[in-house]
Amino acid sequence: MKTRHAATEPGPVFRIGLALLLFAITAGLALALLAEPVAPGVAGQVEAALGDSGSKNHVTAVLLNFRGYDTLLELAVLTSALVGVWALGVAPDIKETTPSPVLLGMNSVLIPLAPLFCAYLLWAGASRPGGAFQAGAVLAAAAVLYNISCRRPELRLPSAPLRPGIVIGLGVFIATGFGVMGGGRAFMEYPAGLAGGLILLIETAATLSIALILASLFVGGRPEGEP
Amino acid sequence: MSSGILFACGGLGLLAIGIWALVLRAHLIRKVLAVNVMGSGAFLLLVGAGSMGEAGVDPVPQAMVITGIVVAISATALALALVLRLANATGKPALPEDRERDLMDSEER
Amino acid sequence: MNTGQALDLLLVLVLLWVAWAALSSRDLFRCIVLFIAFGLVLSMAWVRLGAPDVALAEAAIGAGLAGALLLATWARLPGKTEDSKLDAKGEDDED
Repeated sequence: MKTRHAATEPGPVFRIGLALLLFAITAGLALALLAEPVAPGVAGQVEAALGDSGSKNHVTAVLLNFRGYDTLLELAVLTSALVGVWALGVAPDIKETTPSPVLLGMNSVLIPLAPLFCAYLLWAGASRPGGAFQAGAVLAAAAVLYNISCRRPELRLPSAPLRPGIVIGLGVFIATGFGVMGGGRAFMEYPAGLAGGLILLIETAATLSIALILASLFVGGRPEGEP
Repeated sequence: MSSGILFACGGLGLLAIGIWALVLRAHLIRKVLAVNVMGSGAFLLLVGAGSMGEAGVDPVPQAMVITGIVVAISATALALALVLRLANATGKPALPEDRERDLMDSEER
Repeated sequence: MNTGQALDLLLVLVLLWVAWAALSSRDLFRCIVLFIAFGLVLSMAWVRLGAPDVALAEAAIGAGLAGALLLATWARLPGKTEDSKLDAKGEDDED
């Protein structure tokens, strides 16, 4: 029994009104951008502090050291999104067809190469463009390719070995943050000499976690065999 | 026009296009697409405005956008899982008040 | 206007056009494929803005993984495949 008034297609009056409103907002924001002098960015300060940060890549230094707390919370967002997806139950089944030979041929080249790309991006993130998120995404893409190729039934991982891998990124990050607090330092204030090694440690754990979380988000539901 | 302001205006345009589609489309996957386009527009606005200054390439907006991309994908994944459960439970991937609208779900290719 | 600025203007116009096409096409599969193309063009825009890390992340996550997620969800919608089963396990959840 429908107690709500069903919506009809919005008429032309509504559309014109919406278009005018959006045009006004966009024009106003563009004028605001053009009018005021732009504040000088913090690029100079990042450049000055780059030596102690443990990484020669500006973006990695900002992500993992200067604004490391944001990255910690980002890992927490990823983990809680996965918890949310798992709370919805098992993913609905899809009728599986035999994969095309193009897909299988591509997999035989791309899936073995993916860990190589992942390791390179992770290692290069310290001084060249790269980093943990990009590396984790490449590994997750390989897992997704494997999942859809249906060479065997979809990868029925019991969730038990999956769980430590998923939380290890967040766990190592929090543990390092607290672990450096020994000599009177603040939370996540890396000691000067160790910063590079700590960043690499955090990024490695984060890469594993990100890959597992993104691949599990693709599966779209709780793994079977959960109690 | 230097490239920073150009991309920032492009980001504003994407935001407007995203809001338009978010309001007017009934199919929930189209709404998810519209929200993603809005997010990409916001990221373009951030980095474009960040490169308008004289200090060269500013890494802080870039780091924020990388964070934003990852957060957007996790929100999209959760939203798509919810859309799938809703479509299986009610038969149509649409909000209750949009069920009678044209979902533009035609099969013609 | 030198070639760099002309290329940037072209990139922005293509971005806006592909985004509009991705959101107003009648066929949902076409919309999703156009969204993946939008992600890749946006990745080129990041390169032009001097942000190669963002370009890598956008290509891998924003175009690749988002596209895969959207296509997987589209394929599992009721009525898309001949015998996609309804989620029967929703009824016997224990709390």
